[in-house]
Amino acid sequence: MLHIPCPHCGLRNETEFHYGAEAGVAYPEPNVLTDSEWAKYLHIRANPKGWLAERWVHFAGCGRWFNLWRNTITHEIGPAYLPFTTQPKKPDNIGQEGLKA
Amino acid sequence: MTNTHDTLSPGTIGRRRAATFPEQPPRLWKSVKPKKAYDAVIVGGGGHGLATAYYLAKNHGLTNIAVLEKGWLAGGNTARNTTIIRSNYLWDESAAIYEHSLKLWETLEEDLGYEMFFSQRGVLTLAHSVSDVRSKRRNLYANALNGIDSEWLTPAEVKKLVPIINISEDVRYPVHGATYQPRGGIAKHDWVAWGFAKAASDLGVDIIQGCEVTGFDIKNNKVQGVQTNLGSIAAGKVGMVGAGHSSLLANLAGFSIPIQSRPLQALVSPLLEQVLNTVVMSGAVHVYVSQAHKGELVMGAGTDAFNSYAQRGGFHVIEHQLAAALELFPIFSRAHVLRTWGGVVDVSPDASPIMGLTPVENLFLNCGWGTGGFKATPASGWVMAYTVAHGRPHELNQAFALDRFVTGHLIDEHGAAGVAH
Repeated sequence: MLHIPCPHCGLRNETEFHYGAEAGVAYPEPNVLTDSEWAKYLHIRANPKGWLAERWVHFAGCGRWFNLWRNTITHEIGPAYLPFTTQPKKPDNIGQEGLKA
Repeated sequence: MTNTHDTLSPGTIGRRRAATFPEQPPRLWKSVKPKKAYDAVIVGGGGHGLATAYYLAKNHGLTNIAVLEKGWLAGGNTARNTTIIRSNYLWDESAAIYEHSLKLWETLEEDLGYEMFFSQRGVLTLAHSVSDVRSKRRNLYANALNGIDSEWLTPAEVKKLVPIINISEDVRYPVHGATYQPRGGIAKHDWVAWGFAKAASDLGVDIIQGCEVTGFDIKNNKVQGVQTNLGSIAAGKVGMVGAGHSSLLANLAGFSIPIQSRPLQALVSPLLEQVLNTVVMSGAVHVYVSQAHKGELVMGAGTDAFNSYAQRGGFHVIEHQLAAALELFPIFSRAHVLRTWGGVVDVSPDASPIMGLTPVENLFLNCGWGTGGFKATPASGWVMAYTVAHGRPHELNQAFALDRFVTGHLIDEHGAAGVAH
């Protein structure tokens, strides 16, 4: 089970969270989008092998959304950060940032 | 191979058969180095990729082709799934392709000249709530309209079919009934890959393991070949059948697809006496159980919540699955977990596969089978071979095109199936 550092509540078990996929996808202006741009916003999310900045919500705790760097190969946890704040640098290959976050 | 079996049928499972389990022959397909050029190259040597190559050779006469597998044959999802085969899907498009697949399964061992322990022992899908009952019965009527065998069983009839099941009302997820597809069943998954590999190799297809595609040669938006760790290989046509790694392949070819890669886990018990002679699925409680020919209970869990390429998932997912399994089958409390493993499944937004053309000419895509691709192996290969050979989709995969996410013509099996299929 992942141990996820909620920025508000600290390190908690993964079962207290829901997943929200890629972080930082801005809501577009629907009126000016073509159908394929709209489809891209709705359906396409990053799916990299390695570090991914993703969204989680601590539903069984503070109930708030936040962002997290996590490695999709090793399941290592990188830094957590709040939406609309500066995104921390993508961790190096094997990150040890998890517990420092 | 030592083939000492009769055709499989329900009831011929169990210890009686275990005594005649054949030896695995050492060489089924020729080991070759890649040629400089092929008419077509299939990226991905799982069941779907191998079936594609086999039907390209058999149905369309294309034999100057190769299957490139970065690992080893049947080392990925093909041999990590719980081998459930059925066709009782809700939507017409799904029913058509899965039923075509089931029909192919019914003669596949004869067609390929290779045994796969295909056993039509029936698939039972449990309903645990009033809304579950309603949606399953809706599914049943849709199946009837599509000519797919499926029947409704009351809890008592479920109990008659599966004596070890707990149909008490006094549990968290009581059994309110079930749909039953008698023609559904299981097969021995790695043998399915080997059977297709052998039959394709016999027809002249090159099967190349340890060959990872690292790039695509594309000129004027037309694919010319692939870059691999074994050098570049020219190809007139390329089929991408990369399962969990499909979105990475698409990115290499310069476009994006709506795929998220998730861990999906399964487990087996040690070999036990035969106690379960059909397949039992419960989408609501995330448990899928059958008993393999040798006697191990094979159980599938739900996917983990997050994206991963690690081929492993969290133990709490297994725990959740086993809690549900124990409530349904109290007798399992005496069994042990022998082994657990995970695969990387490619989940699409509507839980339906994506098959057909891509933005790049002569580059074809087959992915998004998510948690339920094994049952589709023959039909997936059948329609993909047609698509690669003719440069346009077969009527069975027309609706599964990539552009459905733009047009909005989704095939929402997620809503229909609950979670898994």
